[in-house]
Amino acid sequence: MEKWECEVCGYIYDPAEGDSSAGIKPGTPFEELPDDWVCPDCGVGKEEFTKLD
Amino acid sequence: MDPVLLKEGIYWVGAVDWDMRYFHGPVLGTHRGTTYNSYLIVDEKITLVDTVYTPFAGEMLERIRKIVDPSRIDYIVINHVEVDHSGALPEVMKLAPQAKIFCSAKGKAGLLKHYYGDWDYQVVETGTTLSLGKRSLSFIEAPMLHWPDSMFTYLPEEALLMPNDAFGQHLASAFRFDDQVDNRIIMEEAARYYANILYPLSRLVLKKLEEVKAMNIPIAMIAPSHGVIWRQNPGQIIEAYQRWASGEWFPKAVVVYDTMWGSTAAMARAIVEGIVSEDVDTRLFKISVRDINSIITELLEARLLVVGSPTINRGYLSVLSPFLDDLAGLKPVNRLGAAFGSYGWSKGAVKAIEAKLEAAGLTLAGEGLEILWVPDSGELESCREWGRALARKVKAEL
Ligand SMILES: Cc1cc2nc3c(=O)[nH]c(=O)nc-3n(C[C@H](O)[C@H](O)[C@H](O)COP(=O)(O)O)c2cc1C
Ligand SMILES: [Fe+2]
Ligand SMILES: [Fe+2]
Ligand SMILES: [Zn+2]
Repeated sequence: MEKWECEVCGYIYDPAEGDSSAGIKPGTPFEELPDDWVCPDCGVGKEEFTKLD
Repeated sequence: MDPVLLKEGIYWVGAVDWDMRYFHGPVLGTHRGTTYNSYLIVDEKITLVDTVYTPFAGEMLERIRKIVDPSRIDYIVINHVEVDHSGALPEVMKLAPQAKIFCSAKGKAGLLKHYYGDWDYQVVETGTTLSLGKRSLSFIEAPMLHWPDSMFTYLPEEALLMPNDAFGQHLASAFRFDDQVDNRIIMEEAARYYANILYPLSRLVLKKLEEVKAMNIPIAMIAPSHGVIWRQNPGQIIEAYQRWASGEWFPKAVVVYDTMWGSTAAMARAIVEGIVSEDVDTRLFKISVRDINSIITELLEARLLVVGSPTINRGYLSVLSPFLDDLAGLKPVNRLGAAFGSYGWSKGAVKAIEAKLEAAGLTLAGEGLEILWVPDSGELESCREWGRALARKVKAEL
């Protein structure tokens, strides 16, 4: 599964880890994060993320 | 200075810092000082919106005392954790320990990690409303404008927006409102503020402007946390933010250079002549005697940035480094770049500058210009021609 990076602050969403601060379970792909999920470090929305290759 | 009335029962109780010359440590030259604006709303609930920088706590409290006893403060809104606005919070909390603090979730986390105070935090979100009695407040989260905790506070009954750092200016003045201070100076400082703090967040600025527009809320007055309050023409600063954030430009160039023995300086002057001969306005900065923040501010409305350095130890002069580093962090929107310089044997400065410009998100407008040792008259003419070609590129897009 692909990692995604926050363009604003550099946080990397790793699906293997999920985001415990928002109750996102490990194994959740970025695409399946809820629309109102925000960057846990800086608070901006999903649309500020780009896929890492 | 007495408290200043914004609207019935709403007062400016902040502080004017005439002496502030460097803000964010050494980062931002504030040649006109600044103000820390905090606002007191007297209603059934006595409410303080933001505080001031720590050394000004006493001054703010004096001002509040002229209206009410600070121990009577019920609510404190902290729009932004940064010390220039929250620094006086511990002093206020000593006098009004019962006060509830309204802030974003990141605001609470940030305040806890700054002041370690065991206070009554009330976390708010976009859409949360708070009744003060006759009037009310609502909140709009604004993450990364310019910190994760940032938010705006809106008072619908007066169509008053208190957006903290957004729309601010580092400008100390005798008067508090936009119609009382020279508009050219206000806009100069608003531009300097935007270019040196908000530039890298431009995409978020555009989105927030759109979001607020879509909320369809009237805005009759904007009371930021620095500088003058926009009461005569709040639209002026909203329009300017729209322009700056979307990278609009004038046919204008900024040329920045330094030199060891004068060759790169001669090139710079000839390049400026070339650009100007095509009627493109130009500013020339020798970096070692100029202030980086002013250069970045000029870039806010210029299309083209030209940077020159002789080659030293296969790279560029290190006096250019702080400027190029700042540029990489501030990421000017939609700008063209080009590099030039004199060299003796290996070359290297131009390539290294070009790499920095590209890293800062600029698009290279053409090949760099390198001249061996001292330029002769023919080579100075090629500098002029190089400048003319760049200027024509700028004009072609008009
Ligand atoms: C303009 C500005 C930009 C900042 N950018 C970042 C950032 O990108 N990432 C980060 O982790 N902290 C950032 N910070 C937060 C500072 O690192 C933080 O306030 C720190 O505690 C300041 O330390 P100091 O007291 O030594 O200056 C920024 C602060 C300011 C004022
Ligand atoms: Fe700030
Ligand atoms: Fe501020
Ligand atoms: Zn982020």
